[in-house]
Amino acid sequence: MAFFFDLFVNGLMIGSMYALVALGFVLIYKATSVVNFAQGDLVMFGGYIAAALVVLYKLPLAIALPVLLGSMIALGFIVERGVLRPMVGQNVISVVMVTIGLSQVFQGSAAMLWGAQTKSIPLPIPLEPYVIWEIYISPVNLVAALVSGVFLVAFAWFFRKSRMGIAMRATANDQQAAMAVGINVRFIFALSWAIAGLAAALGGVLWGNLIGVDTQLALVGLKVFPAVILGGLDSVPGALVGGLIIGAVESVAAGYVDPYVGGGTKDFLPYVLMILALMVRPYGFFGREIIERV
Amino acid sequence: MLRLNNVEVVYDRVILVLKGMSLEVPEQRIITLLGSNGAGKSTTLKAISGLLKPERGEITTGSVEFAGERIDHRGPEEIVKRGITQVMEGRRVFDDLTTEENLLSGAHTRRGLAEIRTDLAAVYEYFPRLAERRTLKAGYLSGGEQQMLAIGRALMARPRLMLLDEPSLGLAPLLVEEIFQIIQRLNRQEKLTVLLVEQNAAMALTIAEHGYVMENGRIVLDGPVAALRENPDVKEFYLGLTEVGTRKSYRDVKHYKRRKRWLS
Repeated sequence: MAFFFDLFVNGLMIGSMYALVALGFVLIYKATSVVNFAQGDLVMFGGYIAAALVVLYKLPLAIALPVLLGSMIALGFIVERGVLRPMVGQNVISVVMVTIGLSQVFQGSAAMLWGAQTKSIPLPIPLEPYVIWEIYISPVNLVAALVSGVFLVAFAWFFRKSRMGIAMRATANDQQAAMAVGINVRFIFALSWAIAGLAAALGGVLWGNLIGVDTQLALVGLKVFPAVILGGLDSVPGALVGGLIIGAVESVAAGYVDPYVGGGTKDFLPYVLMILALMVRPYGFFGREIIERV
Repeated sequence: MLRLNNVEVVYDRVILVLKGMSLEVPEQRIITLLGSNGAGKSTTLKAISGLLKPERGEITTGSVEFAGERIDHRGPEEIVKRGITQVMEGRRVFDDLTTEENLLSGAHTRRGLAEIRTDLAAVYEYFPRLAERRTLKAGYLSGGEQQMLAIGRALMARPRLMLLDEPSLGLAPLLVEEIFQIIQRLNRQEKLTVLLVEQNAAMALTIAEHGYVMENGRIVLDGPVAALRENPDVKEFYLGLTEVGTRKSYRDVKHYKRRKRWLS
């Protein structure tokens, strides 16, 4: 049983990092109706910037982190303004293609700027696992979960309670009516991308620290799809729950099944889950129930 | 207070919807704009509030002046800040947000939380039913409550001029009356100027002071409501009465006999 809980708890912590990436994706989809296939690449880019600042330019972490967050927020703004705003009103498939194009541009430019070989982001985290009730908890995962958790809670508060959060939800709900009450919809779009950039920056550091920074880091973005499909494409709590479920499921499944099949369960099961979810609940557990007056 | 001079609006660069529209709304009055479907009433309101752009519309000539300044070609948020708020046709409340969040979203352009709180209380006083539904998602409100919410949300921006697009749409007669009474109260107590677009001409002509009749993208008739109510064309086409003042039977309608005079 300890083995199960060990896998489960560590899986949940990994899941919180999925949730972080998924949040950016959901936010962009909800506010601007853009399906952003470049979310994973934003994470990778964040990881690259972090690695470059710390390893190449030898900046201390206390300076590197604000620089990283600032530049990722700026990147989000720039992408929205420069690439996606001109696409407003185009059909869905063109916009999807643009984000796929963007993802390749990110990968290529990161490799060009900072090299393709894997870099590590050294964070001052001890390696010795903590043992609580026979469960081994890796400090790296724990820090990742704490950072993700704090960010997600802060964002949830902002989104539910602050006036800007209300304006964001209003815009997601009815753009023209939002304009009519004086909400600057273009600013809301830019803000959504900026917050997605911020989430990607944190995700990039955490994931980069865990698995190393190279263009392969963008693949965490693919795990976001099962997470958001499970939770509901347009649901912020759904992103959290979906991420946690995917993290826990892949960890537990890998622990039990991998010894028999020789690995790979981790990459396969989330997608099986996604396909099943699409058959049973296509709008996810928390997806928008469209309120209809009859 | 508000003046439209010879405004032309074109959709998609080809479809001319407003063809030289002029009208004037003096301060603290209720002015109504009547007209049949597709006459351009909603377009007129959107031209004022800056909401044409998402529908690919554009003011090509003419000017819109508010309080002595031109406001055409300004963004909608700028126009809201200057004191014009539109209540859009079909209510358009944010149905995923609660009643209170809807109202707070209306105050988005304003600063000063304390004042916003006072205004929130004032809106709940005008619409006590909204206070009861404060934490309920707006999508679950009834049609009348949603209309009240849409008006309340617009009030939260502290407008000087409110543009109301068909507030009676799809509501029971009793509710329509209630909503019109509230509009009248707002006009008197809050010194709110109102430009009212209505299909329900009978109702609109009882609360407004001055009316414009619109057809095919331009004003064809205007005057004090008393005069409009007596106008035989308005009676026939908007109030559904014959010249004697009795309700008309559709059996007797012979369209070729009488045409709108201004069309020929």
